[in-house]
Amino acid sequence: MTAILTNLFDGVAYGMLLFVLACGLAVTLGLMNFVNLAHGAFAMAGGYVCMVLVNRMGWPFFAALPLAFVSSAAIGIALERTLYRHLYTRSHLDQVLFTIGLTFMSVAAVDYIQGSSRVFINLPAALQGQFDLFGVGIGRYRLMIIVICGLLTIALQMVLAKTRFGSRLRAAVDDPRAASGLGINVPQVFAFTFAFGCGLAGLGGALSAEILGLDPYFPLKFMIYFLIVVTVGGSSSITGPFLASLLLGIGDVAGKYYVPKMGPFVIYTMMIVILIWRPNGLFGRTAAR
Amino acid sequence: MSAASDVGHHAQRQARWHYGEIAFWLIVLACGLAFPSRYLIMTDILRLALFAMSLDLILGYAGIVSLGHAAFFGVGAYAAGLLALHGIVKEPVLALIVAGLAAMVLGFATSFLVIRGVDLTRLMVTLGIALLLEALAERFSNITGGTDGLQGIEMQPILGAIPFDMFGKAGFFYSLAVLFLLFLFARRVVHSPFGLSLRAIKNNPLRAAAIGIPVNRRLIAIYTLAAFYAGIAGALFTQTTAIASLDVFSMERSADLMLVLVIGGTGYLYGGLIGAVIFRMLQELFSTITPQYWQFWIGLVLVVIVLVGRQRLHRWVLYVPNLIIRQIAGRKAIVAVPESDS
Repeated sequence: MTAILTNLFDGVAYGMLLFVLACGLAVTLGLMNFVNLAHGAFAMAGGYVCMVLVNRMGWPFFAALPLAFVSSAAIGIALERTLYRHLYTRSHLDQVLFTIGLTFMSVAAVDYIQGSSRVFINLPAALQGQFDLFGVGIGRYRLMIIVICGLLTIALQMVLAKTRFGSRLRAAVDDPRAASGLGINVPQVFAFTFAFGCGLAGLGGALSAEILGLDPYFPLKFMIYFLIVVTVGGSSSITGPFLASLLLGIGDVAGKYYVPKMGPFVIYTMMIVILIWRPNGLFGRTAAR
Repeated sequence: MSAASDVGHHAQRQARWHYGEIAFWLIVLACGLAFPSRYLIMTDILRLALFAMSLDLILGYAGIVSLGHAAFFGVGAYAAGLLALHGIVKEPVLALIVAGLAAMVLGFATSFLVIRGVDLTRLMVTLGIALLLEALAERFSNITGGTDGLQGIEMQPILGAIPFDMFGKAGFFYSLAVLFLLFLFARRVVHSPFGLSLRAIKNNPLRAAAIGIPVNRRLIAIYTLAAFYAGIAGALFTQTTAIASLDVFSMERSADLMLVLVIGGTGYLYGGLIGAVIFRMLQELFSTITPQYWQFWIGLVLVVIVLVGRQRLHRWVLYVPNLIIRQIAGRKAIVAVPESDS
């Protein structure tokens, strides 16, 4: 019984992390119908920034996290303004090729700068180890992830639902043409959201170094997971990807624990079945226009 | 002249063999005879060309974007390896066909999944199938050899007469013959009414359905055929290198394949062949400059190609050959210009 609860807890932490990593991609796909396979590269950038700050410069972990966010967001907006912008109207094939190219470049570049082995971020002692809660083993680090990601999710939901920017964004997702007809600056909304999504990915990358493992092949290894979150969750709301990430996280952890030899098999089969059953995602209306 | 006969006339003219094409194949054959020390890399190029041609059939003619074409390559590779290893089908040509058929069965089965949905769903489903097969191959390591791959494959002589030699001469000409035969067949297919209907589907599925083309059945047919081609390419890989390892399913293989086709251009069959030559040369070049980081340059090539625009690039590449051909042949004879991608 306690093993199940511990697994559930780990799965939720994993799922939350995936959500923070992937929710930027949901916006890119939903808003601009842009297939960005290089999303993981932004996450990796954040992770490596955090690693350099903490391990080499001795910054405290919690001070480095916001910087991971900022640096990834900065890279994101620079690339959006210079490169991505030209590709919104192109075919999906072009977008796929372009972003795969970017991913390859990022993999080789990080390999060149930091070496190809897995890196670890030195965690403060307060985050290490686990404690028992009614017999259920709870990892401190995972608890922190759930707290941070949970707060972020609530904040995102509030911003989307309550603020003026949120309503602009929702309008632009639903119908970009009508939105721009109403005087909403859709490219600007998108550029800002893109940068924010990249920032979140960077933060996720920094947080995930401990759990998912951070090496130069991160963008390739986890690309499929991000895509699963978005395609299964749909991109018409934030709850779709959120539930999809939780499902994926719990499913993956449980799969690895109970049927270790069939690990990835479970996830891919689930994804294919869901996509066949509902091509627009479990919760989506217009995931693929 | 009525519209129907006009279309027929145009299609027939397109289907005729150009001088350029005959010259192309003669050059390929001449390369085989001229560089006897380079058989291994040239065989590699031929395999890649066949694999790229297979993707061209679905991407260039039917407009299906696939990130998991390596699935069929892998099935072909393992099928050929297992057939040879356990001595089930000893004769390589027969084994090649059996391996191709195995991939074809998988292609037929998965085509029903692929024809549903739009680009993104297709991308995910094809990628998912390839990853699934990779996971399966790893799981059943008692059959596939796991991460070590299949080892100790001994190939019998081709047709019982021509043994594989260690310089790869037999392997090269064997691959060339297979590639040429399959090319002839593909050429026949894409210039047939069936091939024309595929192009109609690619340009506008709705309109194609409206004029009475059974869209889904055509897509299933071409996807199955492409799977057969990819399976043959995979089987050639195993037969000429005598190994089959897990990386035959890898996503990088599918992505590289996409790059090959993009370099060469889609929708005129030669794209895969030309692309394979250029891609391997680029890879050789980059890996001699920076052995470990050639992937960066490959990525850069992809990014630049997309930013410059594939159409424009192909006009540049074909500019000089077309100029020469126009001088010699006079009229409008030009090297096939790749079709526009929507």
